Amino acid sequence: MSEITPSQTVGPFFAYGLAPKGRCQWDPNGSYSWKETVGDNLITPDATGQKIRIEGRVIDGDGKPINDAMIEIWQADSQGRYAHARGEQPRPNAKFTGFGRSATDKDGVYSFDTVKPGAVAGPNGARQAPHIVVCIFSRGMLRQIYTRLYFSDEAANASDQILALVSGDRRSTLIAHKEMRGALPVYRFDIRVQGDNETVFFDI
Amino acid sequence: MSLIYPKESLSAYPAHLSPGYRSTVKRSPSKPLMIVPHTLSELTGPAFGHDAVQDGDADLTKQHKGEPLGERIIVHGHVFDEDKRPIPDTLVEIWQANACGRYVHNVDQHPAPLDPNFTGAGRTITDKKGYYKFITVKPGAYPWGNHHNAWRPNHIHFSVFGQSFLTRLVTQMYFPGDYLFPYDPIFNSVPDEKARARMISSFDLENTIPDWALCFRFDIVLRGREQTPLDTDKH
Repeated sequence: MSEITPSQTVGPFFAYGLAPKGRCQWDPNGSYSWKETVGDNLITPDATGQKIRIEGRVIDGDGKPINDAMIEIWQADSQGRYAHARGEQPRPNAKFTGFGRSATDKDGVYSFDTVKPGAVAGPNGARQAPHIVVCIFSRGMLRQIYTRLYFSDEAANASDQILALVSGDRRSTLIAHKEMRGALPVYRFDIRVQGDNETVFFDI
Repeated sequence: MSLIYPKESLSAYPAHLSPGYRSTVKRSPSKPLMIVPHTLSELTGPAFGHDAVQDGDADLTKQHKGEPLGERIIVHGHVFDEDKRPIPDTLVEIWQANACGRYVHNVDQHPAPLDPNFTGAGRTITDKKGYYKFITVKPGAYPWGNHHNAWRPNHIHFSVFGQSFLTRLVTQMYFPGDYLFPYDPIFNSVPDEKARARMISSFDLENTIPDWALCFRFDIVLRGREQTPLDTDKH
């Protein structure tokens, strides 16, 4: 029998502790000074590769925006290397951590500024298509839910082993769609927690 | 398919849908979650800059000009994996209501006073033995809108990372002997009584500081990798 500590909801009041400088509307006067540990801008001066923005909305089973969710992402750098804490070779872009956190605003919108990740090692010696792992927390979620973000302009999606496990009619929920905002590629990734067109979540 | 972090451990968790806690009804996935292999993406873990935590972040009673009102307490413990190996260098973040049961957050409309000397946010990094320690005040109980006369037991929110994206844990630490336990759907969303007990801190007289502060111990156990014995292991 497992002895792990059970999960409990992040609740509605996490923002001042976990995401004080996010887009969330908890501090209308903007006078709060608690420094954020992890934010929604992952771009460091030494980050290499294509700068991108990720934007999306978190939506509940009634189609309403979830305005008190927290999204965390974990990704490789543009060369497909993870900045894991231990046992890794030093990387030239050592300041790029690949970890980000964004709280949704009053319209349920989150966003990240980052670089597009490269392909990383996958099961059975194959490469995985470039992707970002995504973790969602909110009031009403007693435990986090995990999904993956893939990029609409990647031919490698067709041979990705994880995507291949997802039924064809639901695979599109994992694809972020590219649009250009000036010179900046913006990938749109909405997360539908429940209902029609529900995002595929992973039991990992 | 071999999963490197055994999933059986997650049986201690609440179900996504737990109708007694009303907000879960529209915020839980309705389709089955997909089981997929653990790849490098899941097995590596969040990294942060070393300046993420600053001196003093773990003492919530010294963040303002004066001392907060309420019962000063020490909350400490170790972060382990499920094989009882300590988790060093991992980020632990907490947030909580003040002694009157009021959060700084502007969504909290409970008509209890804010304390100008208390914010209620803290963080630290575990040492080599997985040990952490906070100084704070005991949070008050507070009402919420889940059902008629609903009150949350006193609790401190905890966010912990561990060594991979899979070991990420957000939970709540409760206090021993709380009379609100039987009525709280969030606490009782954890089906197993022994598992619920693991969210309750224990009173720690040994580390209570005479004439200064009561102490509570809260050990946190994260998912662990399946033991893979190596030739060099003598145990």
